[in-house]
Amino acid sequence: MAKKKESVFEDSINRLQEISDFLEKDGIELEESIKLYEEGIELVKICNRTLKDAELKVTDLKKQLEQSIK
Amino acid sequence: MEQDIFSVSELTGLIRKTLETNFSDVTIIGEISNFKAHVSGHWYFTLKDSNAQVSCTMWRGVNNYVFFTPQDGMKIIITGKLTVYPLRGSYQIDVRSMKPAGIGELQAAFERLKQKLALEGLFNEVNKKPIPKFPVKIGIVTAIDGAAFQDMKSIAARRYPVVELVLASCKVQGEKASDEIVESINLLNKQNDIDVIIVGRGGGSLEDLWAFNEEIVARAIFDSSIPIISAVGHEIDFTISDFVADLRAPTPSAAMELATPDVNEILSFLSEFPNYFREKMLKIILNYRTIIDQSVSSYGFRLPQNIIKNKMQNLDNIYYRIQNSFENKLNQLKNRLSLLNNIVESSNIDRILKKGFVIIKQEDKFITRSKNIIQGKSFNMKFYDGEIKING
Repeated sequence: MAKKKESVFEDSINRLQEISDFLEKDGIELEESIKLYEEGIELVKICNRTLKDAELKVTDLKKQLEQSIK
Repeated sequence: MEQDIFSVSELTGLIRKTLETNFSDVTIIGEISNFKAHVSGHWYFTLKDSNAQVSCTMWRGVNNYVFFTPQDGMKIIITGKLTVYPLRGSYQIDVRSMKPAGIGELQAAFERLKQKLALEGLFNEVNKKPIPKFPVKIGIVTAIDGAAFQDMKSIAARRYPVVELVLASCKVQGEKASDEIVESINLLNKQNDIDVIIVGRGGGSLEDLWAFNEEIVARAIFDSSIPIISAVGHEIDFTISDFVADLRAPTPSAAMELATPDVNEILSFLSEFPNYFREKMLKIILNYRTIIDQSVSSYGFRLPQNIIKNKMQNLDNIYYRIQNSFENKLNQLKNRLSLLNNIVESSNIDRILKKGFVIIKQEDKFITRSKNIIQGKSFNMKFYDGEIKING
């Protein structure tokens, strides 16, 4: 299966999780931790914005396929 | 009189007419054996009891209306007509409809299939795929007009509205339902961007749920490269699909809850992040401060300081030495000065004595007042020209 393109939100949430784990580590470099922290704050903003504007999307696959054939 | 002589075909034709006229609509109960589903779509099997057996066929198109796949050993009730196959001189039942002889038959079939698939390892925990935490697209295999789909939609909208639901609609009960479920699972697998699939439907009778107990559905679930959550009926309903799926949910709503993270949890994680990690950062900084303090107080770090201190002490020593020698010189000069001063002073006294004054000395002390003299004790009188002793 080809590597699919993830959505911005999932990317951000996953990255945020990653940053959290990094910051929890002992012996992290100070400069790196500051960079990660700043990146994290930026991601929090992106995620909050995405969630605020989110609306459930529903696709009818069979209908879509029929239309693509026509 | 000679008996009538029939050709084989004539006899067979007569038999055929007799049998097909008299048994054009029969209902028979019996146990299936030698069941074969031919690639052409036709079914061939034998129906038997302890003393007899009869061959049966059920043609493609007709067998579409059977909601379950027959299994050997299953007791069924069939309706059909008797036909004769002249080429072999045999008779068989052309089956029109088929149903299990009782609910127990379905349960028995369920147990048989469950045991068979378990032996093949289809339920093994090692084959279960993990369900992704943050899905982008959730595939759904259910009926588009079913309550289950509505339930799943509202749960997704409430819990995780950033997700996309991709519905591959299909029949979930009755004839052909199992084929359609398999088709939908395969269709979603071809999309290659689906993170997880929910296969399910709402509650119903054992017959209603039967499609999810079919072997082809179980195998399609097992073969899916996308993780599958099975959600059939209510909490108490267990199907073969539940056992083979990567995760079993008690209901379709519960399946959607299992497939999606809670947006409120994410929001609280997001709101906690800045504070929580500000503290974390402060801790990291404090750790570094401690390391700096420790380094400063280490022996290596004190070394230059010690050198400076030693130099300062040397400097002090030199200063003292210079100061001492200077003071000695000064003292010498002071001594000389007082000596000279004495000389000057004494020359001053000489001049007074010359005028005729006398200095009285008793016990080497100058007596300048009469009250200071000790009566009856010898004293000296110093004149300009000499000193005499007066005895007491």
